[in-house]
Amino acid sequence: MARDASIRENAGFPGMPDFRNLGVWLRVLLAVNALALLAALLRNRDIAALPREFAELAALVEPVAIASVLLLAASQRSLLSRLAFWPSVGYVEAIVAALTTAFMILFGLVEEIGLLRALWWALLAAAAIIGWLVLRARAQSPALAEARLMALTARIRPHFLFNSLNAVLGIIRSDPRRAEVALEELSDLFRVLMRDNRDLVPLSEEIALARQYLALEHLRLGDRLAVQWEIETCPPDALVPPLLLQPLLENAVYYGIEPAENPGPIVLRLARENDRVIIELTNPYDARHVHASGNQMALENIRERLLLFFDIESSLVGRKIGAQYVVRIELPYRHKRGVSR
Amino acid sequence: MTALRLIIVDDEKPARERLKNLLGDLQGDLATYVVAEACDGVEALERIHAGPIDVALVDIRMPRLDGIELARHLAGMARAPAVIFVTAFDQYAVKAFELSAIDYLLKPVRATRLLEALKKARRLPTDADIWHTLVPSGRAHLHCIERGRVLLVPVADIVYLRAELKYVTARTPLREYLLEESLTHLEQEFADRFIRLHRNCLVARNAIAGCERNTSDDGESHWSVLVVGLTERLPVSRRQWPQVKALIRD
Repeated sequence: MARDASIRENAGFPGMPDFRNLGVWLRVLLAVNALALLAALLRNRDIAALPREFAELAALVEPVAIASVLLLAASQRSLLSRLAFWPSVGYVEAIVAALTTAFMILFGLVEEIGLLRALWWALLAAAAIIGWLVLRARAQSPALAEARLMALTARIRPHFLFNSLNAVLGIIRSDPRRAEVALEELSDLFRVLMRDNRDLVPLSEEIALARQYLALEHLRLGDRLAVQWEIETCPPDALVPPLLLQPLLENAVYYGIEPAENPGPIVLRLARENDRVIIELTNPYDARHVHASGNQMALENIRERLLLFFDIESSLVGRKIGAQYVVRIELPYRHKRGVSR
Repeated sequence: MTALRLIIVDDEKPARERLKNLLGDLQGDLATYVVAEACDGVEALERIHAGPIDVALVDIRMPRLDGIELARHLAGMARAPAVIFVTAFDQYAVKAFELSAIDYLLKPVRATRLLEALKKARRLPTDADIWHTLVPSGRAHLHCIERGRVLLVPVADIVYLRAELKYVTARTPLREYLLEESLTHLEQEFADRFIRLHRNCLVARNAIAGCERNTSDDGESHWSVLVVGLTERLPVSRRQWPQVKALIRD
């Protein structure tokens, strides 16, 4: 259940920032230094001494800040992301307090500054920085993530649309019924492409859509297109980002099937391994036909969307293995009951 | 007026059907006769070598030899058909076609456009710059015809190219192929890959193993190049020797 909570926060309500994120590190250090400067300014009596006073203060607070962030990043997955918001604030404060004490003793500053005074300021600064990061995330991320999501899902190769329409026109006189079915499939596909694709969908829906897409491509490519489905252990209720399979298949067709004379089959394996969903797509690959950049662009799009939905709990790896190209996606297994958005 | 002889080159059957339907509809306006259909560039080359064809309607994305490479092969051929590209969506290629006044149609093809294009169909340009934009790294294959069959010769396998009478011979480590090409055009197209040794010979830069100096009967000395995998020596002309020497020194 704790894992579900973390997903909920990733997707909707932003909670404690992810300390594995470089941007969070930079912001923490920036904030710490800004607070040190503010403190130096308030205490300052002689403006000429300001740079020295600021440097001394920064040298004092920076080691604590860096060590805290490192410790938080290290315990992010195992502990921090499993805690609810307020306990996680307590956890962060405890780490800051412990490290402040440790550094005070290590540098022999307990006498000079006073432990209680140092702890008071350190905890206050930590609370202020957490507050700032949380507010910032809450103000920006949902809108930003949504906008990026919309931009990312709006893509389909015009190549596919125009070739499909041309193929339908090609059979309309000889096989009007097949042409009718093809147009129905095409409109179903575009209905999904154009709908609001912000919510996770069951894998079974994605499979149905992929089959419609493949039926259309079969019309053009005939027997050159063969797809082998390995879905014995596939969890049909698993929730996945919408439009995950179809772009993967489209990519495989464009780079693996279309330029090849006798291409082998595309193999699509969908499986569940414990609490992970595995999606593995293998297609024939010939380096002479693949412009690496184009291929990467499509995969990058899917990778970014996975990141928006699952953060780093999902992964996408594309590899060339001999004459095959293998894309492997892993995501956490969730189903309807587990997610409420 | 005699009917225009056509070849339709597309790997997708419905796309070929569509063009045939439209040509049928247009018979009243323009008499055409589809001499052949081909699934890829290699089949198209075979049919074009087999007999005269006026216009080729050519898809771009195809297996084995794609449409643009096919056109690059045709551009150097005597009695090659005019070419009209038919493409669904290739922004890069379409831009290049516009710039070089090469004819193209967009899929789904419309009858009126097809008619216009057929009426003004032109021969392909032979300008090296145009082809350099369309196929920046040069073709991947050259081709030769043997007993009516097209053989693709991977450019990467060619050790040297030598002009003999009206043909060019391409030598790979395994055998020789007779090409209908011009050595000058090949030198321009593959400037990065081959270096000229002599008025009638280009050698692959990466195949040069070394050089040796020979003295002929009349007492004049000249240089020749040794190539990887072959025992024969290729003579270097006095005029080309400085460039060849610079390459060997690197």
